[in-house]
Amino acid sequence: MSERPPILYCRCAYAQVVPDAVKDGVLDGLCASGGGFDSVADLCEMSARKDPRLAAVAEGGPVRIAACHPRAVRWLFHAAGTPLGEDAEIVNMREGDADDALGELLGGEAKC
Amino acid sequence: MMIDNESAPVRVVLYEGDGADPLDATDRAGVLRSLLDRGYMVSDARGGTGGALAASAGERCFIVIGQFGGGVAPRLEDGAGGAQIATCDISGLSPDAVLSAVENARDGQPMNQPGAWKPWFPVIDYDRCTNCMQCLSFCLFDVYGVDGDNQIQVQNNDNCKTNCPACSRVCPEVAIMFPKYAAGPINGEPVSDEDLSREKMKVDISSLLGGDIYSRLRDRSEAAKSRFSKERDSDKALGERKRCLTKLAAQGEIPEEVLASLPSPEEIARKAEEAKEKANAALAANRSSD
Repeated sequence: MSERPPILYCRCAYAQVVPDAVKDGVLDGLCASGGGFDSVADLCEMSARKDPRLAAVAEGGPVRIAACHPRAVRWLFHAAGTPLGEDAEIVNMREGDADDALGELLGGEAKC
Repeated sequence: MMIDNESAPVRVVLYEGDGADPLDATDRAGVLRSLLDRGYMVSDARGGTGGALAASAGERCFIVIGQFGGGVAPRLEDGAGGAQIATCDISGLSPDAVLSAVENARDGQPMNQPGAWKPWFPVIDYDRCTNCMQCLSFCLFDVYGVDGDNQIQVQNNDNCKTNCPACSRVCPEVAIMFPKYAAGPINGEPVSDEDLSREKMKVDISSLLGGDIYSRLRDRSEAAKSRFSKERDSDKALGERKRCLTKLAAQGEIPEEVLASLPSPEEIARKAEEAKEKANAALAANRSSD
């Protein structure tokens, strides 16, 4: 079992601004990896609803979030009343390719 | 369309531990894709390394799916009695069939689903925001307000007009994001010096073109009313308003639907005055507390 932080994958299902090739490639890679992960349909939708489960992510210690631009993701959590901790790492699936994103999620340092 | 703020998504747990056969990676991805695209939250519990989303106190509905031994899903109960837990055996099922099984197991439990609504609302970057209240003064739909400390905040995101990023255009610090917007920096991309000068330039151009757009609308409205009183030509007055709004759309990338939903010029004037008073009161309170 790896020592990596828990992973949260956002599907961006409500508007699909994350390129399909990237988000599908990342999902395939996570499913082929040795560990489990959590996934949500759309962090924006959860923030709009102020979903209390965002607090579980924000207060749960280190986490890697595969979503979109880190500035947007951080302030989406803040908008929901549950600011992310400094130890949260955000992997941007809106830029780059799936291999880059998977590399950051499963191994190397993610951009904050 | 507004979302249902009361219903939380059902959580599906894909179980592959003791008593269940693991899925191969392709099937696992297919099942997740199918469920996520329908709006479900899914925990893949392999190896105990999920857990970014620990169950929260308010969570009430879980559906546990897996390839269970003998094709029979076990019965599970929440010891505390607070949550409803359904189980589904998905042995041999296609991703679409898994989705159908989960939909049946959900048994009408309410949840939002993609397609009916686009999460479109402003997100404020408080590292950039200077609390200048331009967004509050600008928005006609009461999206913005101030908190107890007179800090600007998004108070009614359901009021925001889908695909309209106009308030982000008037923000001099590029502090307002719409994460579902196509282009940066409004979509949350880092703000460059070039972006900053460009955004400021837009505000300046807007001023050069006639001050704030609501003043302009009011002027147009007065002109239209004056002509209306002389000519009693309602079509001409309406035409004037349309021309003005169309020009605003061209300047500010405001969708036509948003313009079509704007209140009457008189109502715009009233709302703009109210917003201005609210903004001025907050600014005055902030000045006195400095």
